Amino acid sequence: MTGLLESLGLAQSAELLSLSPPGWGGNLLRGLSNSLQIAFGAYALGLVIGLFGAYGKLYGGKVTRDLLAIYTTVIRAVPELVLILILYYVGSDIINKISAAVGGGRVEINGVAAGIWVLGVVQGAYATEILRGAIQAVPPGQIEAAKSYGMPAFMTMRRVTIPAMMSFAVPGLANLWLIATKDTALLAVVGFNELTLETRQAASSTRAYFTFFLSAGFLYLMVTLCSGVIFGRIEKWARRGQPSLTGGSK
Amino acid sequence: MDAAKAATPANHTTENDEAIKVEDLHKSFGPLEVLKGVSLTAHKGDVVAIIGGSGSGKSTMLRCINFLETPSSGKITIGGEQVEMHDDGSPSNRRQIERIRTRLAMVFQQFNLWTHRTLLENVIEVPVHVLKVPKAQAIARAHELLERVGLGDRADTYPAYLSGGQQQRAAIARALAVDPSVMLFDEPTSALDPELVGEVLTVIRDLASEGRTMLLVTHEMKFAREVANHVVYLYQGRIEEQGPPAEVFGNPKSERLKQFLSSVA
Repeated sequence: MTGLLESLGLAQSAELLSLSPPGWGGNLLRGLSNSLQIAFGAYALGLVIGLFGAYGKLYGGKVTRDLLAIYTTVIRAVPELVLILILYYVGSDIINKISAAVGGGRVEINGVAAGIWVLGVVQGAYATEILRGAIQAVPPGQIEAAKSYGMPAFMTMRRVTIPAMMSFAVPGLANLWLIATKDTALLAVVGFNELTLETRQAASSTRAYFTFFLSAGFLYLMVTLCSGVIFGRIEKWARRGQPSLTGGSK
Repeated sequence: MDAAKAATPANHTTENDEAIKVEDLHKSFGPLEVLKGVSLTAHKGDVVAIIGGSGSGKSTMLRCINFLETPSSGKITIGGEQVEMHDDGSPSNRRQIERIRTRLAMVFQQFNLWTHRTLLENVIEVPVHVLKVPKAQAIARAHELLERVGLGDRADTYPAYLSGGQQQRAAIARALAVDPSVMLFDEPTSALDPELVGEVLTVIRDLASEGRTMLLVTHEMKFAREVANHVVYLYQGRIEEQGPPAEVFGNPKSERLKQFLSSVA
């Protein structure tokens, strides 16, 4: 193994990437884990916001619909980097003002929580539109059938609308997840130790830019590939009962 | 109206015997008035066929009975219980309407089976989740019902893999699973290929013969004549003529009904 790396001229890179100091591999993995935590949290928050947003836009009153229209328009209009800066500093400012008002001191903002909140709000706007479209694609007769058999509204949503819309929503939601994993890189600008910032630190400390950025790219690729497999399964499950377009049986 | 009662057994006169009573039902979609005051009574065991041309309001009337459409005005009484309505016709008591709906089983023109559930899951869905029947019991009953409509071997199949006729029979099994006091059929064979109509009509005929109360919107005149004990002809939102099938089909009084019958014959 060592001999092989030696002959390829990669011995130095392997040393730099080793998991224990003086190697930086551990830092990269820690960054990846932070990135994934934020991506998971933001995605989940985004889905919850999106579900309420979609229902609000479809069935809400005029005020609700207008507010949601402003939310999705503004969030999708402003570049994410700018939004992250705004939401991060506004969010921490508000928390500190509240803390000062109740006589507390300066609050240290938890980076993971801040990242989840900021990206979650962004994800929510996109999820709202994906889920709204998916709900509208459910044949109205299926919801009508539930209604006609006395199903209450919430049960109809849980038992009929959400399962039936899943097959329409999953491709869009898979995109959204991949965007979430990569948007975590933007949190580097607010000094959060996710994968990209860790990589930059390792690279600038060692001057081995190529090694570290290539490794980071590889880690992002691995996340994408694994996600692809998982979403493939989810989509297969969501499409149960629908004949495939290329023929074949269930 | 009286002619209809004459056609049903004499004990069909008490109030409690009324399965469905619709009084002066109006329904407008925007400026278009689709129902202009329809009154109709179905007693227990009645099979009422509702016929009429396209746009006559027959489906709308059926859908108003379980409030899939909100009536504009009128009075609807199901099994002696009057539906509480706001002035604008919308049901004012959500729980009441949900409870009443579980007693009225609807069979749709487009079947409307839940495509992400197998036939068995479709049939047990309402009993288990709405009526809170123990799951094992619901499953056993669902197998019986699927067997009865000739789909005993298809319990684990998803609706998309079945023909229209099979889907509609499954939808009828789903309707029977709630043990309804009245079944509402909204043009159950209109979306089917001609060669599949027969299998669905056979199932419905079978249900009619066992004394189930049914309201049946249909284009199948021969079938209506055969299974119904009361026929209602709607024309432009009003009941133009009604009575026992032999009268309505054999000796129509209204000019419009005569024309209609000759055009569909």
